[in-house]
Amino acid sequence: MSVGANSAGQTRTNGAPGTSRNADGKVTEVATHEVTFPVTDEREILKLRAGDEVTVQGHIIGIRDRTQIRIFDQGVEPPMDLRGAFLLHTAPGVRKLEDGRYEKVCIGTTTSARMVRFTEPLGAQYGVRAICGKGGFPDDAIEPMRKLGMVYFAIVGGAAALETTQIEEIEEVAWEELMPECLWKFRVKDFGPLTVGIDAHGNSLYHDVQSAAQEKLKELYARL
Amino acid sequence: MSAVATDLQHAVEDAAAYLYVWALKDIPQDLRDALAEAQKRETSTPGQRVLSTIIKNVGIADDDQNLVCQDTGIAVYTCRVGEHFPLHPARIYAALKHGTERATVEHPLRSNAVHTITRENTGPNTGYRLPIVHWEFIPDWDGLDVKCVPKGSGSENMSFLKMCVPADGVKGIKQFVLESIVGAGGKPCPPGIVGVGLGGSADYAMYLAKEAIARPVGTRNPDPVVAQLEDELYELLNETGIGPMGLGGDVTVLQCHVEHADTHMTLNPVAVNYQCWAARRASAHISADGEVEYDREA
Repeated sequence: MSVGANSAGQTRTNGAPGTSRNADGKVTEVATHEVTFPVTDEREILKLRAGDEVTVQGHIIGIRDRTQIRIFDQGVEPPMDLRGAFLLHTAPGVRKLEDGRYEKVCIGTTTSARMVRFTEPLGAQYGVRAICGKGGFPDDAIEPMRKLGMVYFAIVGGAAALETTQIEEIEEVAWEELMPECLWKFRVKDFGPLTVGIDAHGNSLYHDVQSAAQEKLKELYARL
Repeated sequence: MSAVATDLQHAVEDAAAYLYVWALKDIPQDLRDALAEAQKRETSTPGQRVLSTIIKNVGIADDDQNLVCQDTGIAVYTCRVGEHFPLHPARIYAALKHGTERATVEHPLRSNAVHTITRENTGPNTGYRLPIVHWEFIPDWDGLDVKCVPKGSGSENMSFLKMCVPADGVKGIKQFVLESIVGAGGKPCPPGIVGVGLGGSADYAMYLAKEAIARPVGTRNPDPVVAQLEDELYELLNETGIGPMGLGGDVTVLQCHVEHADTHMTLNPVAVNYQCWAARRASAHISADGEVEYDREA
């Protein structure tokens, strides 16, 4: 991975000017950003580099396995605008109120790798700009994200109590029959901290960590 | 059933309902200590970010009385049943099932249980052969210990079995555990607890791996040979660099626990079951007259 650089136009930047690593290859310094979704300017995505820290404002859309199977395998148009969107891999715990709205109970994030094959069509057909989940995407996602100007955000899996406090309101729910794998629209405040796992420049922290670990394994096996 | 047995069944059901929710909200002290220790050791920036977020999250779950993680899992119970405990295991199972259902409906908890082919939701976190119960029968005792281990799918999906051959030896066991955890990367929410089951048969090795993840964090197998393997695997796994949430770093696992059984001379089964950092568990000790003592640390 290359040393990152910040571009102009970001809403807010703190700390170090870019990502750097120590002699072991571990990331030791990163830039921090705040981004509001949906984004209308591609530069908001291009300024992000793998390893950077990001906090998100605005609206995000919850999506999961069955939601995407319905869109792409069953060919049903999603009843929400996904242009410039931030998608969250989630199946929230909720309570239905008497007026039909939903109240949050506990909202967290699921493993992304199961859903990697939807990356390219989400970007190419619907203009999605960011996908957020836990555990990362395999290398299949790197090229579509580079080509389409998309990023993968790593959230801290399991940290749902915190995530729930950052979701201000469930504004819309579509496809309730897929509960809890519906299409959800959340309004968020200070959502994060997220780590840029894969950027729009062909860099993937997961690829780098896995390559280094495979090399390390050879050394460990030799010692056994 | 006698009145005593009916009351006892209600006591077990109440305990199960309480344990499922309690385990999801209030993680044990040994796990909190292991996470704090991990935060001290970690030197990578993303790793530090992950661990401080985890610790902050545990505090918010305490303050808001919310679940630590949204994945309420599949309910797994381990039961140690005394020979003289006056409620038959068939009734204990019914009580655990009803308790799980009550907790799911009353809280409410997200219901995860589906038919494995049709994928239709089967209701309140129960279904055909759900919850899952591990049984152990204890001679010369009249009590019951119940431990609830809600098992999330992100980590359960990272389960691996290899039928090593005897000539692979301990080296083969170590290699398989290492390649499994490196291959799992960030998917099982590291740093967690790696459970390893050795010996027995294919199915029993995996059963033992699940027993291993349910132990208090950092406990050691009473067999010194196995305990040494636990220490060695723990060190090796933390040299892989996978790090918190797979983003690279020093802390890949909080612990490695190994359980074993004697096996056939031509078998060398190795099973790996992963438990995420949110390694939730809660226990109750139930006496023959239905008194319940709750225990977060067992």
